[in-house]
Amino acid sequence: MSGLFQRLLGRLPIGWLQLTHNPMRFAAALTGVAFANVLVFVQLGIMNSMGTAVLRPYTFFKADVMISATDANGLTDGGNVARQWLLQALADPDVTGGTGLFIGTVPWDRAEADIGFTTFGIDPARTDFVADGIAGDLALLEVQDAALMDRLARGLTREEAAAIRPQSPRAFETQGRTLTAYSTFAGGGGFGGDGYMIVSDQTFLSLFPARNSAAPDHILLRLRTGADSATVVARLKGLISDETLRIRSYADAGQEELTFQQTRRPTGIIFGFGVLIGVLVGLVIVYQVLSTDVADHLREYATFKAMGYGPSFFLGIVLEEALILGTLGFLPGFAIGATILTVMGKVTTLPLAMTPSMAAIVFAGTVAFSALSGAIATRRLAAADPADLF
Amino acid sequence: MDTAPIVTIRALNHWFGDGAARKQALFDINLRLEPGSFTALVGPSGSGKTTLLTLIGCLRMVQDGSLRLLGQELHGASGAQLVAMRRRLGFIFQAHNLHESLTAGQNVMMGAQVDGGVRHDRATLAAHHLLGLVGLAGRVDYLPANLSGGQKQRVAVARALVGNPDLLLADEPTAALDRNSASDVVDLLRRIGSARGMTTLLVTHDTRILDRADRILTLEDGRIVGEEDRQGKG
Ligand SMILES: Nc1ncnc2c1ncn2[C@@H]1O[C@H](COP(=O)(O)OP(=O)(O)O)[C@@H](O)[C@H]1O
Ligand SMILES: [Mg+2]
Repeated sequence: MSGLFQRLLGRLPIGWLQLTHNPMRFAAALTGVAFANVLVFVQLGIMNSMGTAVLRPYTFFKADVMISATDANGLTDGGNVARQWLLQALADPDVTGGTGLFIGTVPWDRAEADIGFTTFGIDPARTDFVADGIAGDLALLEVQDAALMDRLARGLTREEAAAIRPQSPRAFETQGRTLTAYSTFAGGGGFGGDGYMIVSDQTFLSLFPARNSAAPDHILLRLRTGADSATVVARLKGLISDETLRIRSYADAGQEELTFQQTRRPTGIIFGFGVLIGVLVGLVIVYQVLSTDVADHLREYATFKAMGYGPSFFLGIVLEEALILGTLGFLPGFAIGATILTVMGKVTTLPLAMTPSMAAIVFAGTVAFSALSGAIATRRLAAADPADLF
Repeated sequence: MDTAPIVTIRALNHWFGDGAARKQALFDINLRLEPGSFTALVGPSGSGKTTLLTLIGCLRMVQDGSLRLLGQELHGASGAQLVAMRRRLGFIFQAHNLHESLTAGQNVMMGAQVDGGVRHDRATLAAHHLLGLVGLAGRVDYLPANLSGGQKQRVAVARALVGNPDLLLADEPTAALDRNSASDVVDLLRRIGSARGMTTLLVTHDTRILDRADRILTLEDGRIVGEEDRQGKG
C-alpha cells in the first residue's frame, strides 16, 4: 500500500503513514466517514424509491393526456372532474378516445394486518387504457364486485397472492360488501397505501355510494399515433372552458406529482434534509480528524518547514489524508448502505435499492467534501513556526 | 576552491515585540564564516545565540543591517526566497524532532527529497548511506519510538547532512544526551563535516565540542564580546 502511494505521489506517503500510525484513530475516522455515507445512502435510497413509488401507479394505465381537478397534485389527490369535459375533449381531431378514472381507498381488515388498497375504478371494456400486463384480465371485472389485486401489496403473503386465480378467486369483506379478487397484477407498496386494486367503474361506485358516475377523479385521453401531446394539450385548454382544470400530458402529470412529493410534502423535505445532515456529519468528522492530526504534528511540520518544504507540500499531505479517509470510508459505507437498503426494501416492500448513479454521486461527494475539509484544516498549519523550534 | 565567505554579517540589529514591549535582542553584530570552518557560539542564556542562528538559518526576517548567506542578501528577501535558501542548509535542533510515523530511513529521506527532483531510489540510497555513516545501518526500518535518545539524535544528524548542505546550523545538539551519546554526535559532526568541507555553526556549552572547534564566539546581552581563534587545534 505504502509503495503504491509512494509511486503515485512521487514522495513518501506521509499522510498515509501518519494516519496508519494511530490505528485506533484511523479506524474511528473511517467509521465516521462510513457512517455519514450510510446516512446519505439511506436517505437517497428513500428519495429514489419515492420516485419509483410515486410513478408506479401511472404505469398501470396507458394514456397520453390527463385532465384533473385544479387541486389534484397527484393521482390520489384532489377533487373530481366533470365527465362533460371528456365529451368536449373528444371533439378534438387528434383525440381518439377517453375514459374516466375513479380512485379511492378500500380497506381489507384482516386478523394479521389490515391492508389499505388504493383502488382504481375503470371501464372494463377499455383495455386500451390499461397496461399490457393488466389488459388481459380486465374482462374479469365485468362481473359485479370483481377485483384485480396487487400481488406485491404489503401485508399479503406471496403464497396468498399466488393462490389468487380466476379458477380459485379470493373473496373478502369490505365496507359491508363482498369483493372477489380473480387475478393479480404487480403493484407494490408505496408511501400512501399498502398496495393497489383495480375494479370496474360500476363496482367502484357501489363501494363508494357518495361518488357519482358523472364525476371521475381524472379523465384519461388517448391520442392519434404521431400526434404531439403538447400541441393537443394547448388546443384542449382552448376547447375546455373550465380554466381551473389541470390539463397536461400523462408523462408530465407523473413528473409534476414527483416534484410535488419531493419538494412540497414533509416526507420529501425530511429526506432531503437527511442527505444534508449526512453530508454535514461527514464534513465535520473529516475536518475534526484532519485538524487534530495537523495540530498533533505541528512540531514535525515546523521541522519540515525549516528544512525548506513549502506550503503546497503540507496541503498535499492533508489532501492525501482527506482522499484516503474519503475513499476507504466510502467502501464500508457503500457495503453497509446497500445492505440496509436491501433489508429495508424487503421489510417495507418499498422499491429501495442501491443504484450505480447513487454510488457514483456519493463517492464523488465524499471525496470532494473530504478534500474541502482537508483544505480548511490546513489553516492550522500557519501555527507551525520553524523559528520556535530552537 | 571557492574562498568567498559562507556568511557575512554587517551591523546586524534585531528586536522582538512592538511599542513599549519592544526589546532589542541583537546589537551591531559583525561576523564572517569561512568555508569549511567549524564555529562554536557560546554565551549565557538569553544572550541572543538562538536569535542569531535563526536569522542566519532564514527562519526569521532580517530587520536591520546586512546578512549575506551563500552570496545572497537576506535583508529584504521574500518568504519564498527564504524557503529556497533553507534547502541549502542543514539544521540540528536540541530535540531530535523526528517524525514519529516515519522510520529512521524515511526521516532521513525527507532531508534528501526536499528539492523534489531527487528520485526515490537515489534518495533511499543516500539515506541508507548516511545512516551507515552515523552507525545506524541496522536501524533503517526502526520507528523513532524504538530508538534510544542518542540514536534518535544521530538520525537527526543524518537527516541534516543527507542533502549535502553548504552550512550546518545546530543549537545545543547534545544538550539532551548523556555523555557517551553526546560525544558520538560531536565526533560525527566534526568527522563528516570536515570530510565534506561543510561549514558548521553551532551553539553549545559542551566543552568537548568547544575543544574541537576552530573558533569560539562569545555572545553577551546581544553583543559579540569575545572571539577566540583556535585554528589548527581541531
Ligand atoms: N520569539 C521571541 N519573542 C520575544 N522575545 C524573544 C523571542 N525569542 C527570544 N527573545 C528574547 O531575545 C533574547 C535572546 O533570546 P535567545 O536568542 O533565545 O537567547 P539564547 O539562545 O542565547 O538563550 C532574550 O531576551 C529572549 O527573551
Ligand atoms: Mg537558545
